[in-house]
Amino acid sequence: MAVRLLVEKCTGCRLCLRACPYNAIEVIEDRARFNDNCTQCGACASSCKFGAILLEVTFTREVDTSQYRGVWVVAEHLHGELRRGTYELLGEGRRLADKRGAELSAVLLGDQIEGLAPRLIAHGADRVYLAQDPVLAHYRTGPYADVLAGMINQHRPEIVLVSATPQGRDLAPRVAARVSAGLTADCTGLDIGEEGLLVQTRPAFGGNLMATIVCRQARPQMATVRPGVMKALAADPARAGEVVSVPVHLDERGVLAKIVEIVQQEGDGQVNLQDAQIIVSGGRGLGKAESFALIRELAQALGGAVGASRAAVDAGWIPAYHQVGQTGRTVQPKLYIACGISGAVQHLAGMGSSDVIIAINKDPSAPIFNIATYGVVGDLFEIVPALTKKLKEML
Amino acid sequence: MRIVACIKQVPETTEVRVDPKTNALIREGVKSVINPFDENAVEAALQLREAHGGEVIAISMGPPQAEEALRHALAMGADQAILLTDPAFRGGDTLATSYTLAAAVRKLGEVDLIVCGKQAIDGDTGQVGPGLAERLGLPQVTFAIGLEISDHRLRARRVLDDFFEIVEVRLPAVVTVVKQINEPRYPSMRNVLKAKRAEVAKWSVAELEADTSQTGFDGSPTTVIKVWPPERRSGGRRLEGPVEEVVDTLAEAIKELNLAAG
Amino acid sequence: MDFTFSQDQQAVLDAVKEFADGELAPKARETDEAGVWPAENVRKLAQLDLMGIPVPEEYGGLGMDFLTWAAVGEELSRACTTTGAVYGAHVLCVYPIMTFGTDDQKTRLLTPLARGEKVGAFGLTEPGAGSDAGAVSTRAERDGDHYLLNGTKIFISNGGEAEVYVIIANLDPSRGARGMTAFIVEKGTPGFTFGKDEKKMAYPSLPNRELIFTDCRVPKENLLGREKGGFLVAMRTLGVGRIGMAIGAVGLARAALEAAVPYAKQREQFGKPISSFEAIQFMLSDMATEIDAARLLTWRAAWLKDQGRPFEKEAAMAKLFAAETAMRVTTKAVQIFGGYGYTKEFPVERYMREAKLFEIVEGTSEIQRLVIANHVLRELGG
Repeated sequence: MAVRLLVEKCTGCRLCLRACPYNAIEVIEDRARFNDNCTQCGACASSCKFGAILLEVTFTREVDTSQYRGVWVVAEHLHGELRRGTYELLGEGRRLADKRGAELSAVLLGDQIEGLAPRLIAHGADRVYLAQDPVLAHYRTGPYADVLAGMINQHRPEIVLVSATPQGRDLAPRVAARVSAGLTADCTGLDIGEEGLLVQTRPAFGGNLMATIVCRQARPQMATVRPGVMKALAADPARAGEVVSVPVHLDERGVLAKIVEIVQQEGDGQVNLQDAQIIVSGGRGLGKAESFALIRELAQALGGAVGASRAAVDAGWIPAYHQVGQTGRTVQPKLYIACGISGAVQHLAGMGSSDVIIAINKDPSAPIFNIATYGVVGDLFEIVPALTKKLKEML
Repeated sequence: MRIVACIKQVPETTEVRVDPKTNALIREGVKSVINPFDENAVEAALQLREAHGGEVIAISMGPPQAEEALRHALAMGADQAILLTDPAFRGGDTLATSYTLAAAVRKLGEVDLIVCGKQAIDGDTGQVGPGLAERLGLPQVTFAIGLEISDHRLRARRVLDDFFEIVEVRLPAVVTVVKQINEPRYPSMRNVLKAKRAEVAKWSVAELEADTSQTGFDGSPTTVIKVWPPERRSGGRRLEGPVEEVVDTLAEAIKELNLAAG
Repeated sequence: MDFTFSQDQQAVLDAVKEFADGELAPKARETDEAGVWPAENVRKLAQLDLMGIPVPEEYGGLGMDFLTWAAVGEELSRACTTTGAVYGAHVLCVYPIMTFGTDDQKTRLLTPLARGEKVGAFGLTEPGAGSDAGAVSTRAERDGDHYLLNGTKIFISNGGEAEVYVIIANLDPSRGARGMTAFIVEKGTPGFTFGKDEKKMAYPSLPNRELIFTDCRVPKENLLGREKGGFLVAMRTLGVGRIGMAIGAVGLARAALEAAVPYAKQREQFGKPISSFEAIQFMLSDMATEIDAARLLTWRAAWLKDQGRPFEKEAAMAKLFAAETAMRVTTKAVQIFGGYGYTKEFPVERYMREAKLFEIVEGTSEIQRLVIANHVLRELGG
């Protein structure tokens, strides 16, 4: 991949200078010039209004793969905290790096988030590349892709892992295209294969087919990884690692997308449903909105989140935020307790990959019993409160 | 406004079967349809055309039979349909696909907006939209659940994990849409008949002036080395008996999971 | 003899089937039980260009044939009988204006009807004029630039919701049926009001209203066809109505069969699915055969009409046979469902109640038999 300057088209307007995160552009005698700081990140290309900067995205099989070393995990933070998927990726990344005999680095982009760096090291990283700038405070595709692409070009990691959250699935394909890398989406399994290649396993056809993918010639080998599948390491505060500050300087004027507003989804904000390890869900069997109180109490006793089937949401008993299923959200908790939920295919699509499923339903032929680890045919109005009481005594 | 809708033809159902001997997908008896998310994309494009005037051009990269999906887009009301088809486009991963689509969009000249579905229900990658945006050097807005255009600016509501983000970009831009953005319209009979008679243009490597080292299998950094049907989850223990006993068993099982609260 | 549809016809039918299955069928029960005009469904029919299939394109229609119109009606009826009934009643206003209307009337009224912007209805039946259609007593009198209408019509489908009505009145009662005259009366015309909506055995959401004319002033521009030429208008319109009723009955019967078969396959008694019992198999076989026969009779009648050939006998045969088939098929369907078929949980009891309508409306089965007999006696020797 190359960034080329067509000097004859340059008018010296300095838009590219503003767009460059690495201070790699100077304007001398009304013409732009690139200096040695250039990481070929490509940020300047989209900023030029005169077509004077070309970004050539070309896939080539001529890459010298031996030049690429190291496993990278792109960290993601939300509301000032690292997301669950990041810890999981570090756990998996550590395993892959050890197998490959390489280093594991975390990439942390943001503003005033240096406090998160030690946690990345404690969870397995040998190094944290820290790039901070006010423009990076909130995720936007442009600045994040520019900085990450530049860092990839500069440091040449062999493997780059990104959590398959909406942010990850927005960022990874942009960067992969920018650096002509192979990218595999939503991996549920990773390994280092015989040829030293990253072997990526992922679901296709809505999970009805599994595919194994490799990327032989392009580098880095990139993958987005499904949250809730990999195992995070226990934090080891004694782990040693280094924090490398990557100097970037971004200009808000060069950012194409403006965030106008953030609107929280209406829901029981106590525990984030998407990342929750424990979810207690209610369905049609609850009979009325008020019965969700039972669900909330059990969830609270477990420190988990509240979920719902489509039937409960359609009946207006609980906001749509809580809906788990094909048209709601897909969750991967360690424990999913389904109360009064029959287990229609559409609901199963949303929670079928939970580690342990407990189903409570008075209908013995409810399909959910086909996938439940523990199936209880009984009255949820008796069992749920009794379970809540028992757990409060125990925990 | 010139709006391009990128669509893909996919098998109707994700309930696929694999031939245990050849490890290949069994395609007989499976109908092909327009990717459901792409139907939402076409609908979004049509609604914007209704609000702002202009034309909607549907494009698709695929084998000759993908023409059916483009005719569906025409029947919904798209003004033009173009099929990018060539043996050299076969076997492409998302990088090669975005290359080919980008070449087609460039050939179309000035375009105000490109709309894609969030992901295809066969590949499930969601990577082509952003890849296309990157190659065209355009801003991308993914997971859009609402779109508004005024004054050559696009304002979109994006649905992220537990919040919505309202974002604004200047056109031209690339947008990927989620299912909840709209209800795709049923084709009217006039459009059904019009779509039947319409010419679906076919562009090959020549029309796109494509570099075949970047298309299809040759232009794909990733390779699928194996496919197989996953192990199906099956039911576990049935707990029976008095409530206290059942609750005790459950509580023990939960304790053993050793989960940190929150 | 090619029994397949043309590519255009098939494309239209495929699109209608998708719409009917995806949009109408899932809420058919709701549409029926709501007891109100299915405005949303009618709006969708209009949006999909389904309200003017046989109308020439210059007047806002698709310019297709009556066979296509009928085949579409079958799919609508199968998915949602109420919507199918509205569709069928609408054409009884569209057809006479299309056939007998002046250019001005077609531009003014046919175009909005074809586009579905307005809904149509046909007013012939009166308290004293059912099978005896010639006994129409709604009086029309010429009064300068207007005609004054006085009288009542009853059981009028789409009545009250329709904006355009083709009304058969009598300009010269001394001449009996030969005095019949057709008029187009628009909703809102002074002197035109609506009476009660009948509560019926089925179709609570289909209005069947009383139309009341009290010195209703109809402008002379709304005379449809010639003065005292109304008998022909009525007879021709009823001919189309027969095809419409027949195909509606076929759609209903199909819905019943399509409900009964899956039920029979999964319902087990005596350790086996009931579909393995001969008694049930024979029922299903008879149902399928009669439905197919009724369908083909109807297609044939529509085809003859499209060819411009006489079709009165064939339409009567289709209507007679399809209506009685629907009654037999829906009754058998309830029987196959057994006890459950008698409950409101399943749709077949509703289908059976709905089927009865077809044996009565648009010419009772008795009238159809008379019509057929007339032809048979004329045609066959001795």
